[in-house]
Amino acid sequence: MKSTIKYALMLIAAVALLGSCRGEDVIFIPEEVEVSTPEYTSIKGFYLLNEGNMGSNKATLDYYDYASGVYTRNIYGNANPSVPKEMGDVGNDLKIYGSKLYAVINCSNKIEVMDVATTKRIGQIDIPNCRYIRFHEGYAYVTSYAGPVEIRPDYTQKGFVAKIDTATLQEVDRCIVGFQPDELEIVDGKIYVANSGGYMVPRYENTVSVIDLATFAEIERIAIDINLHRVRCDRHGQLWVSSRGDYYDENSKLYCYDTRKKRITAKLDVPVSNMCLDGDSLYVVSAQWSYVTMSNEITNCIIDVNSHEVVCDNFIKDGTDAEIRIPYGVMVNPITKDIYVTDAKNYVNPGYLHCYGGDGIRKWSVRTGDIPAHFVFVGDEKQ
Amino acid sequence: MTDILKTTALLLLAIAIPFLSWGATVEMIAPDTMMVDLDEFEVVGVQRPYAEVIPSQRLSGDQLESLNSHSVADAVRYFSGVQIKDYGGVGGVKTVDIRSMGTNHMGVFYDGIQLGNAQNGQIDLGKFSLDNIEEISMYNGQKSEIFQSAKDFGSAGTIYLRTRYPRFPSGKRYNLNLTFRTGSFGLLNPSVRLEYRLSERVSASVNAEYTNAHGRYKFRYRKVFSDGTLAWDTTAVRQNGDIEALRLEAGVFGYVNEGKWNVKAYYYDSEKGIPGAIVNNVWKNSQRQWDRNFFTQGSYQQRLSERYELMVNAKYARDYMRYLNPDTTLMYLDNQFWQDELYISTANKYTILRDWDVNLSVDYQWNTLDATLTNFACPTRHSLLAALATAYRWQRLKAQASILGTFVFDHSKIISGSDYLGRRTNKFSRFTPAVFVSYQPIEDRDFNLRAFYKRIFRMPTFNDLYYTDIGNADLKPEYATQYNVGLQHRWNFDRTIFKSFNVTADAYYNEVTDKIIAVPKGTGQYRWMMMNIGEVHITGVDVTAQLSMLLPYDIAINGQLNYTYQTAQDYSDPTDCLDEAGTYKGQIAYIPWHSGSTILNATWRGIGLNYSFIYVGERYHNSSNIPANYEQPWYTHDLSASYAFNVGKVGLKATLEVNNLLNQQYEVIMNYPMPGRNYKLILKVDI
Repeated sequence: MKSTIKYALMLIAAVALLGSCRGEDVIFIPEEVEVSTPEYTSIKGFYLLNEGNMGSNKATLDYYDYASGVYTRNIYGNANPSVPKEMGDVGNDLKIYGSKLYAVINCSNKIEVMDVATTKRIGQIDIPNCRYIRFHEGYAYVTSYAGPVEIRPDYTQKGFVAKIDTATLQEVDRCIVGFQPDELEIVDGKIYVANSGGYMVPRYENTVSVIDLATFAEIERIAIDINLHRVRCDRHGQLWVSSRGDYYDENSKLYCYDTRKKRITAKLDVPVSNMCLDGDSLYVVSAQWSYVTMSNEITNCIIDVNSHEVVCDNFIKDGTDAEIRIPYGVMVNPITKDIYVTDAKNYVNPGYLHCYGGDGIRKWSVRTGDIPAHFVFVGDEKQ
Repeated sequence: MTDILKTTALLLLAIAIPFLSWGATVEMIAPDTMMVDLDEFEVVGVQRPYAEVIPSQRLSGDQLESLNSHSVADAVRYFSGVQIKDYGGVGGVKTVDIRSMGTNHMGVFYDGIQLGNAQNGQIDLGKFSLDNIEEISMYNGQKSEIFQSAKDFGSAGTIYLRTRYPRFPSGKRYNLNLTFRTGSFGLLNPSVRLEYRLSERVSASVNAEYTNAHGRYKFRYRKVFSDGTLAWDTTAVRQNGDIEALRLEAGVFGYVNEGKWNVKAYYYDSEKGIPGAIVNNVWKNSQRQWDRNFFTQGSYQQRLSERYELMVNAKYARDYMRYLNPDTTLMYLDNQFWQDELYISTANKYTILRDWDVNLSVDYQWNTLDATLTNFACPTRHSLLAALATAYRWQRLKAQASILGTFVFDHSKIISGSDYLGRRTNKFSRFTPAVFVSYQPIEDRDFNLRAFYKRIFRMPTFNDLYYTDIGNADLKPEYATQYNVGLQHRWNFDRTIFKSFNVTADAYYNEVTDKIIAVPKGTGQYRWMMMNIGEVHITGVDVTAQLSMLLPYDIAINGQLNYTYQTAQDYSDPTDCLDEAGTYKGQIAYIPWHSGSTILNATWRGIGLNYSFIYVGERYHNSSNIPANYEQPWYTHDLSASYAFNVGKVGLKATLEVNNLLNQQYEVIMNYPMPGRNYKLILKVDI
């Protein structure tokens, strides 16, 4: 009898000992990787926001420090150890205004506001389904998909632009725009908002909404193309607007809209996943699905905003562009002209950040979080 | 095309032959002792020389009842080699994966006929309550018995659910069973079953079960600093996990001379909340799902001569599902899906020599899917499966070989963007083999060596192929190849307190190739396309032990131990091996290296005590095995105590369960917190 019990207990013990036991969940210690040699300019470093796949709650923040050449992964949790469930689900935009760092966390329905120097949390602004953020004279303007719902007879929901006082972090006004507004840009007292209509398939939106800053009311719609995504303004008052296309017959394209002449001045057959303006050069990266080859066609180029022409077909000159699976984010250092391109890989595994010199030769690569996407430089970009 | 037509015609003829011959061969055989009791029938079955070259893992009867399990999925966790994806709660989705090959490689059979889901190929075992289930058995490879439908040969692993079969003590004409379950999560779960003996050879049963639960439970997340001091600690209540479900089942069971038959109908209707992922700033979700599943099926089995035995199965199923996302912070979705399935099968076993049987099975199945999705392809699938199998015994060697031919014809609309471009026909045919061998080296000893090889595939599901935008109509099937060697040894003791001890050990190597996985697509955010680019290699060991003891004073003790070790490595992308985060050869998502379970059960007269323990070791939530993707081990201790007694002729039984006794706060799937300690009270009345 005794031996029986002993035997039974041994069986239980055997199972218990087979693997390790559960420990406490420990605050993630940021991982530091030395990727390059020190570099001293007025730009001290950059933050990189990793989106993290939907539902994974894996939006993370990385930082690259030029003075040490050290890349640090996943710094938010350690900087803010008292925040439950860390930064959130799907980081969608990242900007600095004054001394604050604003991360738009799409599926957590909030904008996380942090101190630029320490990444410590200052507060959050609750905006449902928030997408992109821009600033103007003490106010933040944020696009959101989650405007008023209408049933007429089908369910529709317009988007809006929220106006937020950056001193109090309170939303002070809303302006309804088109369906599913994405990027926005502020030029000469007006906000230009790219409406996508991404939830309305196949009835995409095809307009840019123009909001008068003074009255904060929509004053105009400019028809460009379907499913608009990005809008960036160069120093000549030209808006560079990208269309995602319908993913079938209509390819992604790039348009130039002159805000002064009030007309489209160029239509380029250039697919756009992301883009970055540096002076008069527009750097574009893209992955476009082809139903012919059943694969993504990976491209990148530089466009001269004056001539509206592609001046460089592939700014990666050493052949390493072949290693990029899904180019997702792009950023150019305005001082050194180094180009940073992120690779989102398969969206669920960690991505990569590649740094190329102005000559197109890769300088270094580093692993990031999941879906590395949005950059912001820390320090003075004009020197 | 003509070849395929010819094959089709031949196979349809093969289905028809038994029907034609059946009428001619019905002969009156003098009624022998009535085989009213299924167990008796089973005993006859067990004595068949080739039945089950490799036996199954099974849970049945009292053991199944005493496990603290609400659904079939909860019980299946106790099988070795099984991993379960459990999203938590009473109504949460629970799917099962055998030996890391993926849920879609798993076949689930309900009273001998496969449960289908042509839409996504996954059977939510959380939907199947144990209320009416008498036995669950699981086979790796396939049930190594040849007299079965072609579909029984068609999965990489198979779970059989057998519902209660009416049994009547002598002189009794009916059984009435009333059960009421209540406890945590606001569970109210009454059920009633009436079994009626219509004649000496025919009986019927009707079973109804209603489930209502608010599904709320407390969960806790906390993190500490590396020195162990608390960083944050938060407790919340899981919301939107409510369920209301009704299940109705009716069956008629009969015996004829040298044969048996049954006909049954099943209806399940539920509305439930989908609790969703818990992420920063979102502690509550509002998605809902409605399911209505109906099927009716029949089975007829007859020995027509000394040498020839026939089985016919048929089924019709209609499934409805509605998914609603009313959350205004997300894209509004209100999608409805309708599936129809028609299935007919015949199996024909012929005994060539006393130790040599062959079987030819032919199945035909028709599936359709309709949906309220924009530009939906409305696919229809005709599947014809033919299996030729043989079983041979030579002294103490048992061997079985089978070959399965699968012929699939899909029809769907071709839609590009919003343009209808006509119809598409996809054809597919393939032959896949399986071989099972077992050998008993020493005559008087219950010691068997065993091995099997099987190659099988799973068809891309309708979602894989045609789901608007994501689907890829050019997908090929996904293959699973299995190699297994193992042994089993059973000791029976007559004169000690030990009654029996049984050990099995199996080592296996599986390859999943052309694995269908989602890959990112194009410029848009989170757009995917299904592609045949995955590859997984699985090496594992499953060990099980069962102990049965009879102590003085009639105390019976049964113990069971399962342990699984698995490496399931991702071979999909050989270029992704730059550093430790590389996915190449990484352990795939949610597969632990170590897992196991134990069950200890003691009974004394009407009192029963049951302890069960489940352990799932450390895992990663994707094949990049880095700290950021680490998932903690989890393990739960469950206890139950029951007391059964009689008042006159009425049997009463009360059971109290405590689950997750140590109140572990754990997750099976990232961001889906599981319930802590919870209770259930079960009252049963047998009249």
